[in-house]
Amino acid sequence: MQTVKMVVTGPFNAGKTEFIRSVSEIDVVSTERKITAEAERIKDTTTVAMDFGRITVDQDLVLYLFGTPGQKRFDFMWEILSEGMLGFIVMVDSSRPETFREARGILETFRAYAPTPYVVAANKQDKDDAWDLEDMRIALRLDPKVKLLECIATDKENVKTVLLELLFSILAEMDTAE
Amino acid sequence: MALKGNLRDFSITQLLNLINLARKTGTLVIEGQTSKVWISFREGRLAYAQDGQQDNSLAAILFQANKISSAQHRVIKQRAATMSDKELGLLLINASYITQQDILGSLQTYFLGVVNNLFTWGEGLFRFENNLLPPDDKITIRLPLENIIIEGSRRMQELEQLQDEIPSLDMALRFAERPGTNIRNVNLSAQEWKVVSYINPKNTIRQIARVNKMNDLEIRRVVYGLLQAGLVEIIRPSWTPSPAVQIPVKIPPVKPNREEQKSLINRLIDRIRKL
Repeated sequence: MQTVKMVVTGPFNAGKTEFIRSVSEIDVVSTERKITAEAERIKDTTTVAMDFGRITVDQDLVLYLFGTPGQKRFDFMWEILSEGMLGFIVMVDSSRPETFREARGILETFRAYAPTPYVVAANKQDKDDAWDLEDMRIALRLDPKVKLLECIATDKENVKTVLLELLFSILAEMDTAE
Repeated sequence: MALKGNLRDFSITQLLNLINLARKTGTLVIEGQTSKVWISFREGRLAYAQDGQQDNSLAAILFQANKISSAQHRVIKQRAATMSDKELGLLLINASYITQQDILGSLQTYFLGVVNNLFTWGEGLFRFENNLLPPDDKITIRLPLENIIIEGSRRMQELEQLQDEIPSLDMALRFAERPGTNIRNVNLSAQEWKVVSYINPKNTIRQIARVNKMNDLEIRRVVYGLLQAGLVEIIRPSWTPSPAVQIPVKIPPVKPNREEQKSLINRLIDRIRKL
């Protein structure tokens, strides 16, 4: 049995757990805890170690989706999670520009850990105060070649599109490298 | 969709850069702690700016730029109060009081002053109203943003350096206890004298700035000058924040055979499509 993994990362409350939950065939093994810090009380619980989802491809192959903890103090987990990943998805909450800088930092950190392909998912695009993709691209200082995709993490079809786009990027990079 | 947030998280330099690159048309509204500012852009260029706390009529701007006298300003305010800026501008040009260049130059200076002041704002709620432009009776300009961004970045750098020297505006100043130094013998500018006149252990630097209508950058410049001259002393906080922990960078793992990996990726694609 071969196992491969993709990592879903991004700032606190970007929607990583929801993203994995939308496509995982098992209940996401989530290590969420009640939030104690007042400053982080945007939601009731947060991921403190990692989320873990699974998609069985066939008898010989399983894809695991790992969600990184969003809070900065757990960033020691990132390096462990990034080892051997096929690629990664950076989730960004489109309605919280205050997290864009952090998202950019996370992206750069993961690129340094492993220069694998990645896509950026502009999550919560259904919210009224979500930023436009073009504005987000500039704000996140993303190269035009980087895929920045509209996303609603609770929508399975949307999540599938993001995963497929990442896989297409991985294929394209392999072709380029040949 | 929305383009809104807080300058604390998304600086004015980043905002102007975004507006410039996206060639946006509309008005940026920023609400600070004490003031509200409107800045309009046409296709990514500065068109208009207004500070809610200031008289932004053309007459006031021309007076501030020394293009008209205080007597002329008073007469205009009395007799042409209902005139629009464009009507007033035409009237003054036709009467040969001033030239069109005087008007545009004065407006440009005023607008730049409003924008430059924003570079000293640490925070403020902002929103961008797409396609909202100032009323037709206002005179607008078309100024590229690149130089404004560069100048603003310089100001922010200067402010950052001054913030290192004067970490908090909530500290007080006192005259240095140096025998033989007489403040009366020192050549100070009018702005420096205004600050000096309020130096008292009871007044914080922020209070002194507020009473003199100075922004963060201006008060820091003055206080820094006084500190460097050894005329005043400031009590700094004793604690210093600990440096941020750096994330170690690790070398990526070895990749498996490329053909196998391509086949694997195609299997993943097929599977996810069927989900």
